[in-house]
Amino acid sequence: REKEREREMLGVWRVATREIFRGAPRGFRYQSQSAIPEGREKAMEQDRKMGSIVPHMEFFDAYANAPISRYRVMDQNGEISPGAEDPKVGKEMAVKMYKDMVRLHIMDGYLYDVQRQGRISFYMTNYGEEASHVGSAAALDSHDTVYGQYRESGVLMWRGFTIQQFMDQCYSNKDDVGKGRQMPVHYGSDKLCFQTISSPLSTQIPQATGYAYALKHSGSQNCVICYFGDGAASEGDFHAALNAAATLEAPVIFFCRNNQYAISTEVQEQYRGDGIASRGTGYGIEAIRVDGNDIWAVYNATKAARRTVVEE
Amino acid sequence: PAAAAPVRARRGPAPARAGKEILLWEALREATDEEMERDPTVLVMGEDVGHYGGSYKVTYDLYKKFGEMRLLDTPIAENGFLGMGVGAAMTGLRPIVEGMNMGFLLLAFNQISNNCGMLHYTSGGQYKVPMVVRGPGGVGRQLGAEHSQRLESYFQSIPGVQLVACSTPRNAKALLKAAIRSDNPVIFFEHVLLYNVKGEVGGADEVQCLERAEVVRPGTDISIFTYSRMRYVVQQAVQTLVEKGYDPEVIDLVSLKPFDLETISQSIKKTHKVLIVEECMRTGGIGSSLSAIINEKYMEDLDCEVVRLSSQDVPTSYAYELEAATIVQADQVVDAVDKMCTGQKVAVGAF
Repeated sequence: REKEREREMLGVWRVATREIFRGAPRGFRYQSQSAIPEGREKAMEQDRKMGSIVPHMEFFDAYANAPISRYRVMDQNGEISPGAEDPKVGKEMAVKMYKDMVRLHIMDGYLYDVQRQGRISFYMTNYGEEASHVGSAAALDSHDTVYGQYRESGVLMWRGFTIQQFMDQCYSNKDDVGKGRQMPVHYGSDKLCFQTISSPLSTQIPQATGYAYALKHSGSQNCVICYFGDGAASEGDFHAALNAAATLEAPVIFFCRNNQYAISTEVQEQYRGDGIASRGTGYGIEAIRVDGNDIWAVYNATKAARRTVVEE
Repeated sequence: PAAAAPVRARRGPAPARAGKEILLWEALREATDEEMERDPTVLVMGEDVGHYGGSYKVTYDLYKKFGEMRLLDTPIAENGFLGMGVGAAMTGLRPIVEGMNMGFLLLAFNQISNNCGMLHYTSGGQYKVPMVVRGPGGVGRQLGAEHSQRLESYFQSIPGVQLVACSTPRNAKALLKAAIRSDNPVIFFEHVLLYNVKGEVGGADEVQCLERAEVVRPGTDISIFTYSRMRYVVQQAVQTLVEKGYDPEVIDLVSLKPFDLETISQSIKKTHKVLIVEECMRTGGIGSSLSAIINEKYMEDLDCEVVRLSSQDVPTSYAYELEAATIVQADQVVDAVDKMCTGQKVAVGAF
């Protein structure tokens, strides 16, 4: 069968080359791939990657497979579920994680009220997503670069951005690290490896790919994590960035915070595929779906993802 | 004799009645409503325009009347849904594409430039693109650099598109109606801070010419050309100028591409002095194009060089004082007119 296929391909190429050179100037000789042994090998390999040739027509059913399962470690009582991996972070880290989540929640409460009172012009709360921020931040190295969208304050808090610094940015005063130039919640801290937030959605995603590419180029042991929401994953920049990251094999973790809404647009109106996780296969990127309210699951998954991107 | 009824903030738009005063966003909504009623091929597409009613309420509750296909909530992909709009327009529909903020339409520049603007030409006239691309732009109250873009200067070079900037409820409604009825692609600029301006509007049949400028205040001393929110800044300056004894003529350009040269030249022939007050950046702004045209065509009618007051060529900061320092303020307009009418030089930026 291999021989047969090879003959088939050579036949096609011979015809092709004849067609092309009908109009070619005299003396011009085209070296087709099939004419050189290395070319033939390469062509055979490419053909093998393409899947078998079948005579019956079959459309691949987009919904044939069950939706990607959701990884959860903690049960409703806060205990480790049977069969799940206990992250064993130790008491000190667990207490810090808890404190940061609660502090974030309380800070949100204040700043939300302050915005409604007109004392700052804008604010985005992080309600419900605290575990996804702190769990992932805790699993990373402090020098892993973070590209965020605008709802990742927990990551900054974990890394040591003080309440004063959060306030300075929101109030846009002279102590603001960003020098009063950006809207509230558009934090940035070079020291904490957290890139300054930019308002338009998804602009951070191709930048994350670029940064990761540069890290790889320099042989660094750090990686990039890029956060974005379910709505932002519809933007063209998302697709371009993931595709590029896959072809470049760049050390970047793409972290989608799917809270099922983009302002008023529900996910049913945003996409029809199996969430954002299913898109990974299309690009050749490994994907996992995690319960974002479960800090242990987020921690475990981020740690494993980091290991993969840094080592491979 | 009973106590006055408690004042409640109005939930939806005011009911339609010609000659009454409504807010600018309500005027835009009325225009959209009337045109969608009149012509079943008109539809709106954009982010959160359906159930949510639009981030500035321009399509408030319209989905209840016209259905979800005609008030289409798109996924978040500006380049995608601008392209969708072009495709829909090529089949004969009349889409109104809303950018939640004009700045986001930069993602869609390719579609607006290469397709929306050029398809009528490149297809040899076989296809029309009767689209309206609209949305809020301009410098708001502390919205940060990316939300304060003024796209009129970026778009003005695109061949094949018309640029229109509304400024009052009356012209907003009449111009939007005209833009929807037009067979050409029109980019319709609204300003974030003008949505709550109150004014009278016309009836269902009032449409305004898309290529005509508006004479806001006739005068004899100097021609002040402006558009969008700067019209109000100029009017504020005019109050002071009138007290000082000046008689400025204020013209709202409205049509940013093409310029209404008839109205513009008539004004210049009368006053012989031109001051352009705009909110876009100095470099490559609407004023720079207008200034060049006036220079080429009406040099004999000018007593002094054309002066442009524009925003500074910096990203718009968030902090209140920084933001205010980058855009034109009324006292700068007063100062410029003062100097121009007394033969002095007006200090302008480095470029």
